[in-house]
Amino acid sequence: MELIDVIVLVVKILIVLHIFLIGAAYVVLLERKVSAWIQDRVGPNRVGWRGSLQSFADVLKLVLKEDIVPGHANKFFHFLAPVISIAIAISVWAVIPFCSPFTVFGVEIQPTIAPNLNIGILLLLALSSLGVYGITLAGWASNNKYSLLGGLRSSAQMISYELSMGLSLIGMMLVMGSVNITTIVAQQGGYWFGWLPKWNIFVQPVGFLIFLVAAFAETNRAPFDLAEAEPELVGGFHTEYTGLKFGLFFLAEYGNVILMSALMTTLFFGGYHLPWVEDLPFFKDHTGLLALAQFGALFVKALFWIFFFVWVRWSIPRFRYDQLMNLGWRVMFPLALLNTVITAIVLAAMK
Amino acid sequence: MATKTVIASSTKRMTFWEKLYLPEIAKGMGLTLKQMFQPKFTREYPEERYEPAASYRGRPVLVQEDYGERCVACGLCSRVCPAIAIEVQAAETEQEKERYPSLFEINMLRCIFCAFCEEACPEEAIVMSKDYELTFRRPEDAIFGKDRLLVPVAKLQDRLEYLRLYKG
Repeated sequence: MELIDVIVLVVKILIVLHIFLIGAAYVVLLERKVSAWIQDRVGPNRVGWRGSLQSFADVLKLVLKEDIVPGHANKFFHFLAPVISIAIAISVWAVIPFCSPFTVFGVEIQPTIAPNLNIGILLLLALSSLGVYGITLAGWASNNKYSLLGGLRSSAQMISYELSMGLSLIGMMLVMGSVNITTIVAQQGGYWFGWLPKWNIFVQPVGFLIFLVAAFAETNRAPFDLAEAEPELVGGFHTEYTGLKFGLFFLAEYGNVILMSALMTTLFFGGYHLPWVEDLPFFKDHTGLLALAQFGALFVKALFWIFFFVWVRWSIPRFRYDQLMNLGWRVMFPLALLNTVITAIVLAAMK
Repeated sequence: MATKTVIASSTKRMTFWEKLYLPEIAKGMGLTLKQMFQPKFTREYPEERYEPAASYRGRPVLVQEDYGERCVACGLCSRVCPAIAIEVQAAETEQEKERYPSLFEINMLRCIFCAFCEEACPEEAIVMSKDYELTFRRPEDAIFGKDRLLVPVAKLQDRLEYLRLYKG
């Protein structure tokens, strides 16, 4: 690896990391604003222009708070749990391509931290399934029965929904013939009938629906936020967390929302592709501008799904535990299997 | 033991579309989306203040006329106060009313805003104002002397009018 490659890699990591952190801060603000609008309120509007600095004030508060570790808690795991949560939420970003490759100062840049990773989706599923450790460990290490219940619920839920999530992607992988995310996004660039963008959502609508529901379950967001069900479990797995450790869980939750939104965009909505516009002859010689426009497209598409996450949270009541398991094992799982089989049959018939 | 599922007669069986969840979820989300664009009810407090009606019982104040306070220091308010929040010390004056309070203190931490003092006052000298913004940094600050209690009569016309109509 040459020096220039290392520098480019470090710059890429720094950019992604900052987008992640600042993005999470603004998703928190978005969540509070949207929830306020839905409830006929105004929402935070005191810190900065229309509350634009609210999240930073919140972070400052969290930093200044005392870090309390409950007695008889396992100190090591109590510390480890938020670290696992946040590390996984950040590390999955490595496989998401932000725009098509472009050239700056004669250096060709692949806008992904780990470009052309041939196990893309597998890595993604493996990493996101590790997320359950963070929450379960937090629940167990807190030495609090409510935390433990929250952690257990979350582990059962995440394991159940991971299955449908993986299966929902198999149909898509069969169509694409690859698990490499860079390839998958590149293949979504064309058009059907000359006008309809070749997004996977049009081939795999059922797969997308299952992925969407599983994404809600994986991020522990309403209507599947049983792990932190406030009316039942105080705060669930993060009951015993204060200060920056709680902040890390908070960050991980919103980071996961951004991540899942970016993934849905990448896998089902053409990723960074900006249909019709990116074929303009103008962009042929301006790859840098094209990259910027594509990044904007990814951003806007992901933003819609982030908004959707928030919107759902304030619209739909929480599922009961048995309803959750029913939905997971008796609806989502067979549906995902069926989707896979039918996709395979159709593909075999078309050959 | 075999369990038997009993369906209460009042619960209707869900139709196929209801069981599918998705149309119902879409309906609910449509509702919340519509709600997002409704007018808001929030009053932005420090900028937009609430102007109470004349019947509002804010902090009690002493009515100040051109010649001074109306109060003749009879001590009825102090006597009737259920929270024992009022202290009055009388002194003599050359004016027509002959007596005035040399000391008049209301402890706003004790006051329960019952308006008994207003009701008991024979001179209409102590009335409830519209002031609801009472904050203190120390308990001592909550004891209001005459300097903070006296309010010009012009500012209390609403309340005096209200008392003329409804008191007694």
